Formats: sequence, C-alpha cells, structure tokens
Amino acid sequence: MGPRGRRMREYTRGQAGRAAKATRLDVLRAQWRRIPQRVRGLVPLVTLLTLAITYPFYVDSLPTNIPVILTLPTVHDTVTILIFVIMAVGLNVVVGYAGLLDLGYVAFYAIGAYTAGWLASGQFQQVNFHLGAIGVGSNETGIHISIWLVLLIAGVITAIGGILIGLPTLRLRGDYLAIVTLGFGEIIPQFVRNADNLHGFDLTHGTFGISPIDAPGFGETLHNAVGLPVRYDDSFPPTPDRLFYWTVLAVLLITVFCSWRLRDSRLGRAWIAIREDETAAGAMGIPLMQTKTWAYAIGAFFGGIAGAYVATFNSGAFPTQFDFNISVFLLCMVILGGMGSLWGVVVAGTILAWLNVEGLGNIGSWLNENIFPASHQIDVPKYTFGIYGVIIVLMMLFRPTGLIPERRRKREIEEGTRGPLDEPLYEMRGADEPGGGERGQPGRIPRG
Amino acid sequence: MLGLVFVGLLIAWLIVNLIKTPTDFFNVLLIGFTQGAVYALVALGYTLVYGILQLINFAHGDVFALTGLVATTFISSWFGLDNGTAVLTIGGGLLVTFLGAAALGAAVNTSIEFLAYRRLRNAPRLAVLITAVGMSFIVQNISLAIYDVNAKSVPHLIPGTPVFTVGGVHYDWDAFFVIIVTAPVLVVLTWLVKSTRQGKAMRATSQDPEAASIMGIDVNRTISFTFALAGALAGIGAVLFLTQYNIRYDTGFTLGLIAFTAAVLGGIGNLTGAVLGALIIGLIQAFNEGLSWFAPGSDWTRSIVFGILIAILVFRPEGLLGERTPEGA
Repeated sequence: MGPRGRRMREYTRGQAGRAAKATRLDVLRAQWRRIPQRVRGLVPLVTLLTLAITYPFYVDSLPTNIPVILTLPTVHDTVTILIFVIMAVGLNVVVGYAGLLDLGYVAFYAIGAYTAGWLASGQFQQVNFHLGAIGVGSNETGIHISIWLVLLIAGVITAIGGILIGLPTLRLRGDYLAIVTLGFGEIIPQFVRNADNLHGFDLTHGTFGISPIDAPGFGETLHNAVGLPVRYDDSFPPTPDRLFYWTVLAVLLITVFCSWRLRDSRLGRAWIAIREDETAAGAMGIPLMQTKTWAYAIGAFFGGIAGAYVATFNSGAFPTQFDFNISVFLLCMVILGGMGSLWGVVVAGTILAWLNVEGLGNIGSWLNENIFPASHQIDVPKYTFGIYGVIIVLMMLFRPTGLIPERRRKREIEEGTRGPLDEPLYEMRGADEPGGGERGQPGRIPRG
Repeated sequence: MLGLVFVGLLIAWLIVNLIKTPTDFFNVLLIGFTQGAVYALVALGYTLVYGILQLINFAHGDVFALTGLVATTFISSWFGLDNGTAVLTIGGGLLVTFLGAAALGAAVNTSIEFLAYRRLRNAPRLAVLITAVGMSFIVQNISLAIYDVNAKSVPHLIPGTPVFTVGGVHYDWDAFFVIIVTAPVLVVLTWLVKSTRQGKAMRATSQDPEAASIMGIDVNRTISFTFALAGALAGIGAVLFLTQYNIRYDTGFTLGLIAFTAAVLGGIGNLTGAVLGALIIGLIQAFNEGLSWFAPGSDWTRSIVFGILIAILVFRPEGLLGERTPEGA
C-alpha cells in the first residue's frame, strides 16, 4: 500500500470513528495529522531547543526537593556538561563513525586548553601582542588574541596535533592503536605538568597551570550596535554564566550539525565503509590512511574547541584536568549512547556529564538521607569512575549497541563485520558454546 | 637507521655517565635490575593473557594493586610483622603472605575472566578491550572502597644491610631479596609452560584455539588457568613491590602501563621477551632517575616509558624478540 493508500485508509478510519464517537481527542489527533510530516518532525526539536535556550530563566524557580536527583543542574554546571557533550560528539567521530578506538582523547582537550592559555593570557611575558582581545589593557604583556579567534585556532592546532599523532599510528591494528593513543594521552598532560622549565623557558607554568585566561566578549562597537555583551565576565552574576551557557549551546549545536552532515557526506560514508570492512573499503578505492587521518583531525578539532572553551570559562588551564579518567569518561558516553549514534551520544553525554558534575553528589546525599542508615553513609561521588566501569562492562555484556543504537551499527554488531576493530577474539563454533553456532562466521578468510 | 642513531646516542650517554661517576652508575644499575624484576612479574601477566586471548588485560595492573593492598593487611594486621620480629617469624609470615597474595591475585583475575571476558568470546575485539578498561576501573574502585585513598606501606622487614660492597658500590639485602624471590618463580613458570600438560595446552590454545578444542583441550579451562597464573604472578610482584615502596589504590594503573610497555618491548606473547623488556625498562627508569649527567629526572620517567611504547609500536610492533606477524606490521 503506497502512502496515498495509507492516508486514504486513515482518512476513512477517521471518518468512521467520527461517525461512531467523535471525542475531542480524536479531533485533535486528526488535526495533528493534517500538519505536514516535515513540520511535525521538527516539533520535538523546536520544543527541546526552546526549553534549552530559556533554561537559565526557569531553572531557579524549579523545586529543589525532587526525589533522587534533588535539583536540576545550575547554569554554571550546565556549561561544563555541554562542553563534555561537545567532546563526546567529537570522540564519536573517531570511535563511532570510523571505528578507531581512541583512549587518549584527553590529549586533544589538553592541547585545546593550553592553546587558549598561550594565546589569551599573560603567560608569555616576553612578548606583547594584542589582536582583538576585549578588556585587556594595551600595556599588559603576553599574547592576547580575541577568544573567538582562539577557539578556531585551538581547533586547528589540535586538528594538526591529531594528524601528527595519527600519521604514524593509524596503520596499526585496533588494539595497538588504542594503546598508542593512551600513551599520547598520558604523555601530553605530563608534558604540560613538567614543561615549566625547558632550559629555563616557562612554557606551561607547571603544576600551577596558566591562569587567568581572558574572557570572551564582543567589544563596545558591537555592544552599541546590536546590544551584544562587551565582555562576559564584567557583569554581575548570574549574567556571566548565562552568556557562557548560550555560547556553549550555540557551539554544541554547530558541532552536532557538522557531525550530522559529516556522517552523511562522502567522507562519512567512507568512514563507515572502513569501519565495516577495511579491506573491502580499500579495494573500492577509498584512501584508507587519508580517510582515517581525517577522522582523527575532525575529532581532534572538536576536542580542541571544547578545551579552549573550558579554559576561557574556568579562566585557567591546569594539568590536573587532563587525567586518563577523562578519556574513559568520554568513551563511556559514546558507548552508553551507542557508538556512531549522534543523538544517543548527545543524550548519554548529557546524562553522564551531569552525573559527574552534580548528579552523583545529589543522588548520594539523597540515598544517605533516605536509604542508607546513618552508620553506613557512602560517599557516592568518590566511586564515580567505578560506576562508569560498571556501566561500560554492563553495556558491553548486555547491550553493546548502546541505548539509542544507530540502525546500521546495530546490524553490524549483530551480524559481525570485518572492520579494523571488529575481528572477533575467537571463533569458537563448538556445540557446547552457547550461541557459538549462530555468531561464528564459517568461511571467513583470516586477515593478513 | 634513525633507531640505530638513537641507540648509539643512548649508549654514548651511558658511557659518559659511567666515566664521570662510575660508583653511581653501578649502584643505579643494580637498582634498575631490581626494579626490572618486579616489572617482569607483572609484564609476564600481560604477555601470558595476550598470548592466549590477544587481549590487553587493562585490569591486570589493578589486580596487582588490590593484592598488594590486601598484603599490607596480612603483614601489618594479621601477622603483626615489623622489623623487631624474629627472623623466622618474618620469613614464615612473608611466605604465607606470598602464597596468600598469589592465591588472591589468581582468584580475582580468574573471576574477571569468568564474569566478563568469557561472555565476549565471540564479540568484536573492540568490545572486549573496552570491557577490560571498564574492569580496570571496577577493580580500582574495589581497592578504593576497602583501603581508601591513602598510601599503605609495611615496616621495613628486610634489612638494608649490604650483601656485598665493592668500592662504593653496594647491593643491599632488601634489593637482593627481590631477585631471590623472582628467579625461582621464573624457573617454575618456565617449567609450567614448557614441560607440563597444562602448559602444552596453553601453548596449543594460543596457537589455534579451534584446533586445540578439536584435539580435546578444554579451552575455557586453559584460559582460566592462564588468568590464574597471571594473577598469581601479579600477587607475588605486589608483595615484592611492597617491600620497597608504598602502594595506593591507583598505583596499579601506571605500573601496569609500564609493565605492559615492557611486555610490548620484549615482544608481546613472548615470555623471555617480557622479562628482557622489563629489565630494560627497569634499567632505563633507574638510569633516568639516578644518573646526574643530562638525565631528565623522575618527572619525565613516565613520558620516556610511554615514548618508548609508542616508538616500539610504530616502528617495531613485534618487539625485540617477537615474530613479525602480518597483523602486527
């Protein structure tokens, strides 16, 4: 039955229903159906966006005694949450689309943050360079470039970093690649921690980090013309947090849009082809190294922007921010949401980042108050990463496709593929193996 | 070519240090050797598991830390050993601690395999690797829950009196103790793998699990045995580590990565390679931290070790003693 036939059937059914018992609800439903599909599809998105944009205005009037979670996150914490979501979307390009396990994504975060530190603070007292920075006196030493430019530059520099890391390593097999990225993820934070005395040159200010970092702003001209804020941090609370919030929301939307369009582009299809079967993709003429390097570069680009934004938001870049834990935390978002599933990653990222920033603390104090006896109080946030470990293991064991699986990825996991990381560990087809017969693939040619 | 130049420079650096401060050089050499022995025990665990499952068992380092922490309870609370206790009591207590730690390490490691990895035998490789990362965090948090964030240590049970002193070079009993324990363990391990039925089953399974199971080898049992062996080695290594340093819930992560680097350096899957790699890494670490002429110092140790890891994986993924496989290249 074609679409016209279905519409016809619905129409007649509607007519029949109306004839029998025309309730008000039916009328509404019929009216709703008359709105074109394209518009109807946009309604949830627009509602969500409106709720998100107006969030700072109604969050304070929400109740603070919601069971289990107590409160919704403050605007300040929401900025951090959304920054993590941006990074998760970036990591999703590498892990989800291209199927390259990256355990050192935190390196990109660090490069981005320190780029902002170098280009928008008084770190390099030897020079005095100003370019569009707002609210910085012209006699202040250091490099002060407008944050908007710095965000872009940080993205580009991090992307170059991604390419430099990728070029020698991307030809490695999946698990070796994971280890190499982990190595970079460990070296770079240690480098910034130790690079306060490179033959007397203070590059990163060691454990103290670089602080303060300039805040974003639009300057007097734009302020007078269209009312944009002069400088984010020169007004009274809660305005700075709100400005940061709306900006990060915009960055996130751009990120999600880019990621969505990339997935359906020629490049995105090439990534998916490599993920599914590297050998076949190569045989069809996809340049493997180039395509994988692009995945790294683009994933790194988002990470760099997020890192630079964190730096300006916190007005500082500190080496303790860049633990291996962050890499795993981001990976956990991608896994929970469903590798390659953009919406899944956004939702899971929001939830997990909220748990990290506020949620676990709130849930913990609720549990301590209502469930656990006074003698057995548990400091829940202390076990944050243990909880993430449990989430990772449970997801891998019981729902490897993620909460909101991407249709194509789900099929791959169910049917098996021959991508760089998807070789099964074992192909045991013994009769005593539960499920062994269905999942093993007879006739597979060994790689190599 | 570049590698040769690098190794040449490294040797030149060592020779200059040897000429400038010969006493320091030999002292540091012995320290590195001792440290390498502990790394060897952990690295063997990685290599054994990788050999049979092609899996990097991220949780291994955390099993090491957990057993080490439990060993502090053994030594301090149960046996109440300290440096005033009679020699025989210390010996007996340590022996029981070694056995207990080995048993615990074996039990934890086998449980991890049984609960998580076994269910993923037919899953994509990525899934198992990610699960291993998850297990690592779980084990780490178990340590955290029991022992909290503070570092634990035990009294200095083995006296630091020198075994021998030649010139200014001295080798102390507490360091020598590590070698006394490690050497027989390695001999037993070699015998287990080379000369027993179970060892034969392990080697067969690592070559071709399917053929092995057709030949009547219980593959799952063999894998469990391998994990038990790896866990036991980690347990013994942890007690040895404890006699020298203090231990914390997250000690295992870094130490595990260093040991893994050692395993990769020697050629992952190769037992002799793991020991060789561990000794080299131990020496590199000691030289870096102990020498005075142009040594970057302990701040940079981890960066150097991970730099080696990356360089080996990129330029010679089969390691020093491993065979070149099509996948590794």
